[in-house]
Amino acid sequence: MNILGTHIGTLKLDRPGMVASGIMDETGDSMARMFSLGAGAVVTKSIGSERRDGHPNPTFIELPYGYVNAMGLPNPGIDNFGDEIAAAAKAGIIIGSVFASSPKEFASLSEKMESYGVSAVELNLSCPHAKGYGIEMGTDVKMVHSIVSKVKDSVKIPVYAKLTPNTHMLTEIGKAVQDAGGDAIVAINTLKAMVIAPEFAMPVLSNRFGGLSGPAVRPVGVRAVYDLRSVLDIPLIGVGGICGWRDAAEYIMAGACAFQVGSALGMNINALGDINKGLKRFMKEYGYSSIEKMVGAAHE
Amino acid sequence: MNEIARITACRPESHDTKTLDLDIEFKAKGGQFVMVWLPGVDEVPMSLSSVGRTKSITIKTVGCATNAFCALKEGDMIGVRGPYGNGFSIKKNEKVLAVAGGVGIASLIPVIRDTGADTIIGARTRKDVLMEDEIKEYSKNVWVSTDDGSYGFSGNAVQLMKEAVIRNVYDLVIGCGPEIMLYHLHKACVEAGVECQLSLERYMKCGAGLCGSCVMDGMRVCEDGPVFNTAQISKMKEFGKMKLDASGTRVKL
Repeated sequence: MNILGTHIGTLKLDRPGMVASGIMDETGDSMARMFSLGAGAVVTKSIGSERRDGHPNPTFIELPYGYVNAMGLPNPGIDNFGDEIAAAAKAGIIIGSVFASSPKEFASLSEKMESYGVSAVELNLSCPHAKGYGIEMGTDVKMVHSIVSKVKDSVKIPVYAKLTPNTHMLTEIGKAVQDAGGDAIVAINTLKAMVIAPEFAMPVLSNRFGGLSGPAVRPVGVRAVYDLRSVLDIPLIGVGGICGWRDAAEYIMAGACAFQVGSALGMNINALGDINKGLKRFMKEYGYSSIEKMVGAAHE
Repeated sequence: MNEIARITACRPESHDTKTLDLDIEFKAKGGQFVMVWLPGVDEVPMSLSSVGRTKSITIKTVGCATNAFCALKEGDMIGVRGPYGNGFSIKKNEKVLAVAGGVGIASLIPVIRDTGADTIIGARTRKDVLMEDEIKEYSKNVWVSTDDGSYGFSGNAVQLMKEAVIRNVYDLVIGCGPEIMLYHLHKACVEAGVECQLSLERYMKCGAGLCGSCVMDGMRVCEDGPVFNTAQISKMKEFGKMKLDASGTRVKL
């Protein structure tokens, strides 16, 4: 029996770790490569209606405890992305991430993703650094409800909502996703952040602010998943600063049935494979016969 | 890591190319690169042209950003992060031939200094020839090719390389330059049965192996490269054919 097998509602994964959106997911070949390195699924880069260059460089900063980025949602546009998904979907489960500025646009992008052959869509309701998108939609409870409802009406594949931690209303937003029929929640996206170069008296990123990822945000993400699990019934996918198997186990015990890895892959492209090995060893040693048995173990 | 570095010296290499010495501390090897930030202008990847105690970058003016970099003076500050990438890997006692096209010499010069590798300097015309005098201090054989025949061999660096590998025995060819040149260089190395390591270039955002904006056939130029060997390049379908632009759209080379 495959001890690492899990399922997000109806979607079965033979490994619980996915590649998070925005990481190694520009082309079919780069996504396909990640399956051979331990991914159970790969989430695409967030795709919009039109081709978009994103913000000018600098778009990325390295810190001792993580990264701050403001890519600004660069993408080739949905009509240019079908071939990449077709190539990647031959290798494994692809989840299509989309960003939009209205429920209608979310729905039309999701329909196209479905027609390209993705196994689920992930709605980007949480990008902190692109005006008019992401966080600006994802912190409005009513808007979130109407986006998820509209997309649910338009596609048959599961619909996941990726939420931001940059709010005091996380659980209300989570409830809106569940009430609207959303199939799962992905938490968290990056934390809104800024780095200033004192020598130049100016922010480093061309967009001035961006999103913090990496080990620094992990306790925030684990708390967010724990809070969501306490009030929701739909499946949760944990993401934020996972580098090793212990980090993945934290998210699972907080209530996630699967997890995503992003920043850690820059330093270690084999991070997912390493996590799979470590989790398996831990589960055997501590008597967890399946991922499902571990989900939410930290709740009483 | 992100650091702010002072420019400690700056010297012209030709009419349009300049080397800047940077006061920055990290360990690096030949073929690695840094992301260099000029506030208000841009942040771009640049090969390290010195990797010892003093680090340097060598810049050719080709556009708005490089123009602004070339206007920098001693004492100015710039942002530097890295070093990134794998660099060249040269075994002890290997006989190396370095083949440079234009400012591609910047990523090869640290290896030439270390190994005294025979070198082919390819340039468009006489005034574009870079670092010839310096390389003659380290290398026994230095050949120059110019496209217009105004200096040295009349033709391109790959033609010169084909002749050099017939007259001499090399264990390894290292190369850096325009992709069309590297495409033919790789082909020539395969035909001649000589192993090669070529430094490739793609548009980059993070430079650190995360965003995937520089991938070629699923390989990250920033982290898996920028130096790729014969076998890796032979497998690439995109090499010499297409690249991703800033939006991630495939465009023909």
